[in-house]
Amino acid sequence: MSVNGVIFNIQRFSVNDGPGIRTTVFMKGCHLGCGWCHNPEGRLFPPFGLNNEVIGRTVETEELFTEIEKDRVFYEESGGGVTFSGGEPLAQPEFLKRILKKCSESGIPAAIDTSGYAHKTLFKQILPFTGLFLYDIKLADPVQHLKYTGVSNTEILENLDFLLNKDANVIIRIPMIPEITATGDNIGSIIKLLGKYPVKPEINLLPFHKIAENKYKKFGIINIMAGIKKLPETEMQEYRNLFESNGFKTKIGG
Amino acid sequence: MTERIIRLRKQSTQTRPFISDERALLVTRFYQNNEAENVSIPVKRALTFKYILENKYICINDGELIVGERGPAPQAAPTYPEICVHSQEDLEILHSREKVPFTSEPKTRKVYADIIAPYWKGKAIRDKMFNELPEAWKNAYHAGVFTEFKEQRAPGHTVLDDKIYRKGMNDFITEIQMQQKKLDFKNDSDSINKNEQLKAMSIAAEALIMFANRHAIELDKLANAEKVDIRKAELAEMAGICRYVPANAPRTFHEALQYYWFVHIGVITEVNPWDSFNPGRLDQHFLSFYQKEIADGSLTYEKAKELLQAFWIKFNNHPAPPKIGVTAKESNTYTDFTLINLGGVKADGSNAVNELTYLILDVIEEMRLLQPGTMVQVSKKNPDQYLRRFLKIIKTGYGQPSVFNTDAIIQEMLRVGKSIEDARNGGASGCVETGAFGKEAYILTGYFNIPKVLEITLNNGFDPGTKKTIGLQTGDPASFKTFEELMAAFDNQLNHFIEIKIKGNNIIDRIYAHEMPVPFLSVLIDDCILKGKDYHDGGARYNTSYIQGVGLGSISDELTALKYHVFDKKTINMTGLLEALANDFVDYEEFRKELLENTPKYGNDDDYADDIMRMVFGMFFQAIDGKPTARGGVHRVNLLPTTCHVYFGSVIGAMPDGRKAEKPLSEGISPVQGVDRKGPTSVLKSASKIDHIRTGGTLLNQKFTPAFLSNDEGIEDLKNLIRGYFRLDGHHIQFNVVSADTLRKAKRNPENYRDLIVRVAGYSDYFVDLTEELQDEIIARTEHQQG
Repeated sequence: MSVNGVIFNIQRFSVNDGPGIRTTVFMKGCHLGCGWCHNPEGRLFPPFGLNNEVIGRTVETEELFTEIEKDRVFYEESGGGVTFSGGEPLAQPEFLKRILKKCSESGIPAAIDTSGYAHKTLFKQILPFTGLFLYDIKLADPVQHLKYTGVSNTEILENLDFLLNKDANVIIRIPMIPEITATGDNIGSIIKLLGKYPVKPEINLLPFHKIAENKYKKFGIINIMAGIKKLPETEMQEYRNLFESNGFKTKIGG
Repeated sequence: MTERIIRLRKQSTQTRPFISDERALLVTRFYQNNEAENVSIPVKRALTFKYILENKYICINDGELIVGERGPAPQAAPTYPEICVHSQEDLEILHSREKVPFTSEPKTRKVYADIIAPYWKGKAIRDKMFNELPEAWKNAYHAGVFTEFKEQRAPGHTVLDDKIYRKGMNDFITEIQMQQKKLDFKNDSDSINKNEQLKAMSIAAEALIMFANRHAIELDKLANAEKVDIRKAELAEMAGICRYVPANAPRTFHEALQYYWFVHIGVITEVNPWDSFNPGRLDQHFLSFYQKEIADGSLTYEKAKELLQAFWIKFNNHPAPPKIGVTAKESNTYTDFTLINLGGVKADGSNAVNELTYLILDVIEEMRLLQPGTMVQVSKKNPDQYLRRFLKIIKTGYGQPSVFNTDAIIQEMLRVGKSIEDARNGGASGCVETGAFGKEAYILTGYFNIPKVLEITLNNGFDPGTKKTIGLQTGDPASFKTFEELMAAFDNQLNHFIEIKIKGNNIIDRIYAHEMPVPFLSVLIDDCILKGKDYHDGGARYNTSYIQGVGLGSISDELTALKYHVFDKKTINMTGLLEALANDFVDYEEFRKELLENTPKYGNDDDYADDIMRMVFGMFFQAIDGKPTARGGVHRVNLLPTTCHVYFGSVIGAMPDGRKAEKPLSEGISPVQGVDRKGPTSVLKSASKIDHIRTGGTLLNQKFTPAFLSNDEGIEDLKNLIRGYFRLDGHHIQFNVVSADTLRKAKRNPENYRDLIVRVAGYSDYFVDLTEELQDEIIARTEHQQG
């Protein structure tokens, strides 16, 4: 039996969502509401129509797999694979499990780009089929986290703890939002939080930029980041150095 | 770059190409004398060659290390009146046209008016050709169904192997004499012809030695007059080199370079062959000289580099001979398509990348000249380090080197019966054409306008451009019940025009074989000496005639639109569509939008469109592959356009893919401009559905912004794209790193640049989808990187 899922984009030749050349599948729906989200049109779960354009479509596992498999030769040459992003891929658990299993059986390495906001059982279930977790850590403080994303980070940090204790392959991604996440306090707390693990995960610092501005305009979503400028290059470097000096392999960008 | 290289490079790049009457006058004078009257045609051609080399001005530029110019000075463009006569009007157009002009002095034009044109009018190959070609051929030619490569230039199109680095001209003369001795005049009725051919080859080989000696004499004079000791010694050494080569096999790196250069000048002086001439696998041919001299201390990396740079400048000093009319339209450039090959595999199949490969890549990076063109062969056996090295040159936006798949090229040659050694020692030349170097005459015969055939089919044999019925009456398209009926009509029409083209090719082959033998080129290419046969007459070991298909992306989308809308979905009926096309979509904008936006397109890895591409390729291939030529060879296909997709587009009205009248066609095997929306891997996947192994070359262009390649990850991504495409047997890929100017155009006309990918701080996106602000930022950054 095939299980349907809702996706809103498939991007081939995706080179910033994990190693090598990848196909990124953007799965629809997310429980968080981060103001800096690059894909605000992917937050709502069902497909919706706007200005003659339908955002999102229902796909069957087989149909999606056919698309994923098209670039197999390039994954093999580059050490790439498929990345499930969103939205939040873990918000469609049955569909995700099925497509992950299918990819794993067919020898296509899969990565998951996640906020970490899901049940731990789900992480347990997908761990054997997932080669890499691109794991977002936005804010270390639970109250701040609730304020800016709409949910607390308790579960997120517990899941991370689970993955790191299981020696899962995890890259921590931190969106560097001026005055919100990119503050000395927050970064210091994240370093402390991650410092307790014997194997330190790789860190990707994601620069904030205005690439999604058009989408906010187009979909009539209030853009609370409208006035915010991107972090100066030097400041990004300083944060990078801070992570490096604490023993984390760190790079700017995904 | 040393000071003298900077100076010579400047002279080469800043001099404007101009018409020289030197060669035309010498040829005319020789043809008018008695000597030419009393000998066979091959001998007459050899004596013409000798006469030019005996009497032309010896040009040695200040500070030069490699000597020899085709004309009296750098950027001088001679003409070849025995092939194509230039009228006063032609000279005026050449002089004043905006793109690719060749200036001419009033006194030069007077020489053409008074001496050259009156003698050659009606005698030139071009005049003879147009006299003999049938009416059907002329109709198709004037309608723009195909072009003819040999109407203004000789067929040449070949590449040299390593033989001249093992043998001097004296050795070739000995070989020729041995073949003459073997001739059996009693039992072989053709031996008298063979003897004339061999006699001519011998005269031509001797002429090149004489030409080098004239340089030696001139160099001695310059040495005697020279005040600076270092240069004096250098000039004397160069005189010694010119006395030794090409008479004998070279002993040093410098001698090898000078030898090749005399040979190059010889080939492009004898006639004006397409794709001038080409040393081929440079990093293989010169390696033993380089290694030996580096080891014994007589050469350094710096000295070798300076010699190679001097060699590079010599190519750039020689613009393609002036082209007019359709020939100018199909190939509008000063580039004469010498394509230096690097890398690949050796004759034993092992990795051929060596230290000289890297040195030559350093030279390419520093010189940044239009000519010679350079390409890198990539085999699965070549190391990644090599790919990273050349990608660093490509990313500078210079468009060179282009990248070729050695393993596919070898398979292409094996398919058509060439030996494994000849295949491994071969490569690609011109734009992308596959050949066995030193052993094959692989002649381009003309571009073929595939979409034009559909236009004529949709008009039941009538050409709306020339307002003549020039095709078969394959039926009123509105009467076709199925897509298969339409395809059958198209296939018939295609075969009709291919037949006309092939008949023309054979007529022209005979004219060149009889009237315009090339004894000097015949010395250089196996097995002309052995067979006692001219290069133009099937003397080479392998004889191939290519017909170059143009507009594969366009024709695929046109037929896809017809299948999808008229036959499958029935959203549009044929009569309505034909009406919209006849009106160039004026008042049919909605209609056009549907065709452009809601139709599967080739280049998106979508089998609906890609299967139709496969079908068209199959028909084109079937119509041509294996058809015999008058030279005793066969026809093959390849898919490349140079600039012909613009000309071919200009003769076609609106088409069912939504293309407006007179707009350019798709180029090479690339998708129609802007319709590929799924990124480069999809384009490569679609393109790989062509059976490249059954072609003699395909051309694929990919655009990237400099920002995409700004870091090592971008280089790595590109390397992996190449490896992936080549694993799928892709023949060639060329990366165009776009300029800020292009980005500005993309901003103004987004519909034409939908496929342009940009790399934004860690994210990639389509340029046209970005906010204006971000577009401006990227334009500024691009300018910064290129400035």
